[in-house]
Amino acid sequence: MANTRQIKDRGMNVFFFCIATASITILFMISVFLFMEGLPIFKVVSVKDFIFGSYWYPTSDPPDFGIFPLIIGSVVVTILSASVSIPLGVMSAVYLAEIARVKIREIVKPIVELLAALPSVVIGFFGMVIVAPFLQNVLDIPTGLNIFNASLMLAFMSVPTICSISEDAIYSVPTNLKEASLALGATHLETIVRVVLPASISGISTAIILGMSRAIGETMVVLMVAGGAAMVPASIFDPARPMPASIAAEMAEAPFRGDHYYALFATGIVLFVFIFIFNIIAEHIAHKYRQVGEASL
Amino acid sequence: MQTTRVETMVNFPPIDLTTKVEKIDQTKNRNSPPASSQMSRRQLIQKIVFVFFRGAAWVNGVALLIIIYFMVANGWRAITWTFLTQAPRDSMTKGGILPCIVGTLGLSLGAIIVAFPIGIASAIYLNEYARPGRILRLIRLGINNLAGVPSVVFGLFGLAFFCIYLKMGVSLLAGALTLGAMTLPVIIGASEEALKAVPDTYREASLGLGATKLQTIFRVVLPTALPGILTGGILGISRAAGETAPIMFTAAVFFSPRMPSSVFDEIMALPYHIYVLATAGTEIEATRPLQYGTALVLIALVLGLNLAAILWRARLRKRMQ
Repeated sequence: MANTRQIKDRGMNVFFFCIATASITILFMISVFLFMEGLPIFKVVSVKDFIFGSYWYPTSDPPDFGIFPLIIGSVVVTILSASVSIPLGVMSAVYLAEIARVKIREIVKPIVELLAALPSVVIGFFGMVIVAPFLQNVLDIPTGLNIFNASLMLAFMSVPTICSISEDAIYSVPTNLKEASLALGATHLETIVRVVLPASISGISTAIILGMSRAIGETMVVLMVAGGAAMVPASIFDPARPMPASIAAEMAEAPFRGDHYYALFATGIVLFVFIFIFNIIAEHIAHKYRQVGEASL
Repeated sequence: MQTTRVETMVNFPPIDLTTKVEKIDQTKNRNSPPASSQMSRRQLIQKIVFVFFRGAAWVNGVALLIIIYFMVANGWRAITWTFLTQAPRDSMTKGGILPCIVGTLGLSLGAIIVAFPIGIASAIYLNEYARPGRILRLIRLGINNLAGVPSVVFGLFGLAFFCIYLKMGVSLLAGALTLGAMTLPVIIGASEEALKAVPDTYREASLGLGATKLQTIFRVVLPTALPGILTGGILGISRAAGETAPIMFTAAVFFSPRMPSSVFDEIMALPYHIYVLATAGTEIEATRPLQYGTALVLIALVLGLNLAAILWRARLRKRMQ
């Protein structure tokens, strides 16, 4: 009797395990299909020319498939948005976890969550119809649809990610560390800067990397706001064409299984690899420098 | 090593963190000598820096308010009964957005039907069955990476796998499956958190009464965790409803003359409609009110769902305490 129950229990274990592998399976299938549809482009151009070629004219004759300007566009937009979102996100997190009273935290935290929930197309639309004309008038530049605008919009998409993950890290710093610091006569601020932040640095780094990976993969904002010029930008007020924007804008008109189609999938591979590296780094930091109380100081 | 261990042993039991810190602050303020110039300088610096921290936190709120304000201020006039209940007319320069609303509802419901059972079962495995080790770490790595995959890459995957390889074409089904794959990590995360919050004593009591593990999970753990899991479901729906890039190549079209009648039909969707009207429509400036109106409907849908989830969760937490 007990035996059948044991067998049934073992069976359920296997059943749930199989379903739990669905995420990995999907991830695996994504890479398989990206490579399947993307690799044929390398019969036409070499990997080196594809990645470092500085001309992206997929529809001219003969076509040029160099995604270097697109990669630069993605990197520039991501770094610029990170320079806004990292200070903003980490400072918000410190405020929420350390300084704010419970009542205030209960109001501000949902606001951050709602900001994270805003559909990207709405943020892109906002950047296009409100921010772009504003920038154009105030700064007197030819177009408001540029790297600066896109980075600003992206920053507000990655702040919630950075903020909520950092806040968890800061919040889980052991109390006795803080108490020891305060008891030695340090002010609250000195305690935060010298004790709390160093103790939670691994969590905060993970948060920053995940925030940046959200920014580099975000599509609608850069598609609508970055301006769409496929060239290496000279200033932050130039338009750019980051990788996701290029894929989204051109897929509809690329002939099915033509070179352009393959090139767009190959761009997807490059983007996927970028994100994968970001995630591996984040995972590595989180695993290796896991917060284990006093030991991580 | 030795000292750390001694320290940990004499540790007091954990105390509620915020109140403790506040208490210490108060005593410190009361006892600090007001005349000590060095102390007051340090405290002044602290005050100034804290203003910046507070400012940073409120910037988020201000950003949210500004975006909502502009959408409401420019969009509310477009919201009429006609707008919500009719199809677009005159090459999308007039009329309503009913097909888009229907399409978006169909997509997000389809996505949740796909992702919800898989997500809950995954969470059950992770929280109830899995033992720590390399396999568990691998599964978690998979989930984290899936959560990080850019939405446009999901679009490419959906196009290559569902639309072309499985021959679904551009259809509601292909879009819903793509969105389902994308919302899976959200559901898993929320469900796992809900399962974690169920006290172990519940499980022990059930097992002690002779129930099997499966009975314990289905009769004790899941019912207790259900509200938390449902909140995750709501968040998943709202995420799926707002996404554009994954459905651009898999489900949504510019314009469809009729309502979808089966899951193999191509559809119109709110987010894609905004994008199309704002960037590629025939008269971009003239349809501005329609764009704002559509954006407002989408925001109301997504933020409404999120707000409901947040409030519900807050109530649950209070009851748990």
